[in-house]
Amino acid sequence: MLPIQYFLGLSIILFTIGTLGVLIRRNAIIIFMSVELMLNSANLAFVAFSHMHQVLNGQVFVFFTMAVAAAEVGVGLALIVSIFKAKQSINIDDINNLRG
Amino acid sequence: MIADYILFFGLSIVAIASALGMLISKSAIYSALNLILNFLTVAIFYLWLGAPFIALTQVTVYAGAIMVLFLFVIMLLGIEQLGKAPSIPWQRPIAIILGLILIFEAGYLMITRGNELNPMQVSSSAFGSPKAVGLLLFNEYLLPFEAISVLLLASMIGVIILSHRIKNGGEERPKPFSMEGEE
Repeated sequence: MLPIQYFLGLSIILFTIGTLGVLIRRNAIIIFMSVELMLNSANLAFVAFSHMHQVLNGQVFVFFTMAVAAAEVGVGLALIVSIFKAKQSINIDDINNLRG
Repeated sequence: MIADYILFFGLSIVAIASALGMLISKSAIYSALNLILNFLTVAIFYLWLGAPFIALTQVTVYAGAIMVLFLFVIMLLGIEQLGKAPSIPWQRPIAIILGLILIFEAGYLMITRGNELNPMQVSSSAFGSPKAVGLLLFNEYLLPFEAISVLLLASMIGVIILSHRIKNGGEERPKPFSMEGEE
């Protein structure tokens, strides 16, 4: 079995790619997918640590994260559809009604 | 041991390349398909790390349900090609610099504090099985489990209300996002 540093390194790289996606892309759906990627990399670290300590609590936590992600995606996509119906765009630079 | 390295680096190349493909590709559909490939690769990592239940949940919930929802919304809205450049010109270089800082900080922490980590053990076949996870879930984590069910119910009601208001928002109720605020 490889040491845990390999899996943590992969998790860090995936998390950074997700962060870059949130910062660079302007399409709300792509930003949402990047957030999913970040959640997923955190899950990978959880499972790696769970295997390292031979304790199952990390896997239960991953299960909860997945349930929260499912709820979040449902509401978030409904919001995106509703914004698109109102503004005909999901470019987040166009969503500036609250700008002071 | 050699087989471990080949497996790890092969899978990581696929995972990182598909994540970068999600980041770079202009079409939202291609982004979603790349992300599905990434989720499947991470599911194989879960299998390797002794979490078969989590791996199969990843495939069914993430790659199955969530990404199908994404693809459905992308095709419903018809927004496959919205690759506009960011309106703030310095945003992209700043983002790349911040990402590099993040990866260097995390890598530095991992290298300097890495000797405090335990070595990986070979897990028994019962570790991470659905039975073991279920026993822990329904004994020690019963209250969070019930809270999750309430959360899912709340999000379901929220989605129904949000999409219902769109359908007959024009006649009876004001639209949820009115256009009048724009200059």
